[in-house]
Amino acid sequence: MSANDAVVSIRRLSKAFGGGRVTALQDISLEVARGEFVSLIGPSGCGKSTLLRIVGDIIEPTSGEVTVNGKTARRARLDRDYGIVFQSPVLYDWRTVAKNISLPLEMLGWDRARRTARIKEMVELVELESFEGHHPWQLSGGMQQRVSIARALSFEPALLLMDEPFGALDEMTRERLNLELLRIWSETGSTVVFVTHSISEAVFLSTRVVVLSARPGRIAGIVPVDLAQPRTAATREDPRFFELVTDVRERLHAGGADEVLEEATLE
Amino acid sequence: MSAIAVERPREPRAERVRAALGRGAVFVLVAALLWGAWEGYRWLWMHEHWTKPFLVDDISMPHLHLIARQLFEPARVNGPLLITILWHSALFTAKEAAVGFAIGASVGFVLGVVLAHFRILQRGLLPYIVASQTIPIIAIAPMVVVGLGNYNIAAWLRVAVIAAYLTFFPVTVNTLRGLQSAEPRALELMHSYAASRWAILWKLRVPSSLPYLFSAFKVSATASVVGAIIGEAPSSIPNGLGGAIINFNQYYALEPKNLWATNLVAAALGIFFFVAVVVVEKLVVRRAPEHVA
Repeated sequence: MSANDAVVSIRRLSKAFGGGRVTALQDISLEVARGEFVSLIGPSGCGKSTLLRIVGDIIEPTSGEVTVNGKTARRARLDRDYGIVFQSPVLYDWRTVAKNISLPLEMLGWDRARRTARIKEMVELVELESFEGHHPWQLSGGMQQRVSIARALSFEPALLLMDEPFGALDEMTRERLNLELLRIWSETGSTVVFVTHSISEAVFLSTRVVVLSARPGRIAGIVPVDLAQPRTAATREDPRFFELVTDVRERLHAGGADEVLEEATLE
Repeated sequence: MSAIAVERPREPRAERVRAALGRGAVFVLVAALLWGAWEGYRWLWMHEHWTKPFLVDDISMPHLHLIARQLFEPARVNGPLLITILWHSALFTAKEAAVGFAIGASVGFVLGVVLAHFRILQRGLLPYIVASQTIPIIAIAPMVVVGLGNYNIAAWLRVAVIAAYLTFFPVTVNTLRGLQSAEPRALELMHSYAASRWAILWKLRVPSSLPYLFSAFKVSATASVVGAIIGEAPSSIPNGLGGAIINFNQYYALEPKNLWATNLVAAALGIFFFVAVVVVEKLVVRRAPEHVA
């Protein structure tokens, strides 16, 4: 992949906390091309969320550099190149669904007519028509997370950063939202960096899975996922799906991730 | 889509009527218990001739029904009814208290916002702001009244300033706390939008602080009534409830029921201020029912 195509380019990035006593990430180099869906997976505490937060300029690396669309992470943030979805939906209780989606558009100074039109599109995209006027607490957890995704995509950011967005949801809702996210991804052509601790979720969603080792987090392997697009519920029963899940699991294991092995057997 | 909105079903009319009746019944019951306690205490102490902690007689503890009836007697021979006089006094005091509350709440809020944004000011000023509240209002009131009098400010407005003095503190403290109550993730979200401090303040911090702010307003609203009543004393303003209290206090031995009736009206005014804040809160604060402070 050529450097021009890379939306995210990470070079020799390290992050230490506590004045250098704890190394969270060590020597990470990674490129994410336009339109890719890249998952970061690793054992708890391996720094996968930290890596995402560095890319999003929420925290700064100790060394190394991150460019987004050829700019520094900070410049990219100031240019509003990021849409972020957290594990909790982080919706504003005092705003309706429509108003929550409108929040970044207000920051960008869009006029009311343009905002209204976009809100309508986004509500349709995440299939929440007729819930525009509801307040977040009137929605189920899955619906709240869909609002959060709609909000993140509303201003068409170059990069969608998702930090275990479905981690708090039940398995059924999670699988449905996985499908929905893939549909949205193909409809919008966004570039996604997705943090998860679920192996099957990572394989099912991604074009590439980046496996991180236990602390200090290093890249233990990159698994390209060659499952056919568009993926459907049947993809989960494809023998190739199981091979890839096994491949990711073994790399995790080699990276010293015994906790994840336990979680994986539960799935 | 099979996801289900957990919408609270609108209560049917019968349900709401029953709830309202229930609240009414509780109110009547509590009022009856308080009345019973007053009259029971009075009867027992008079019957047993107990004199501790104080002598109970028609002067110290008039019958409640006589206090209520006193409201509908002329305060002076051929004068207007007591309740008419007190109504006008209450309106006058309400004006002072409302203006005082508005000044105090605004100053308190702005001060809270400024302190929240400048840590150094917070460290430097907060001790003095706390100290300001430890000085009895009785000591401050004459200074304010005399001091502002030099600038030709209307007497009632000087009293409003005293009410504001009691009002601003809870608002400042709760504004500070409320502004800092925004979730860290919500702040990161604003950060990711490269939101300005101003946008973060108005779109996140202030809305997050509203439940705290309204808790403060409830305290302040009643405090502003107290401030207005006390402030009237050193200003020698006869028009308000404070003036009425001082006046009836002087004639207490002759007619104690006038003072008690005035106290009832003052209490009612305080309750009215409190309820007004609650009503506005219900209209303004949209929160999950379990999150309303």
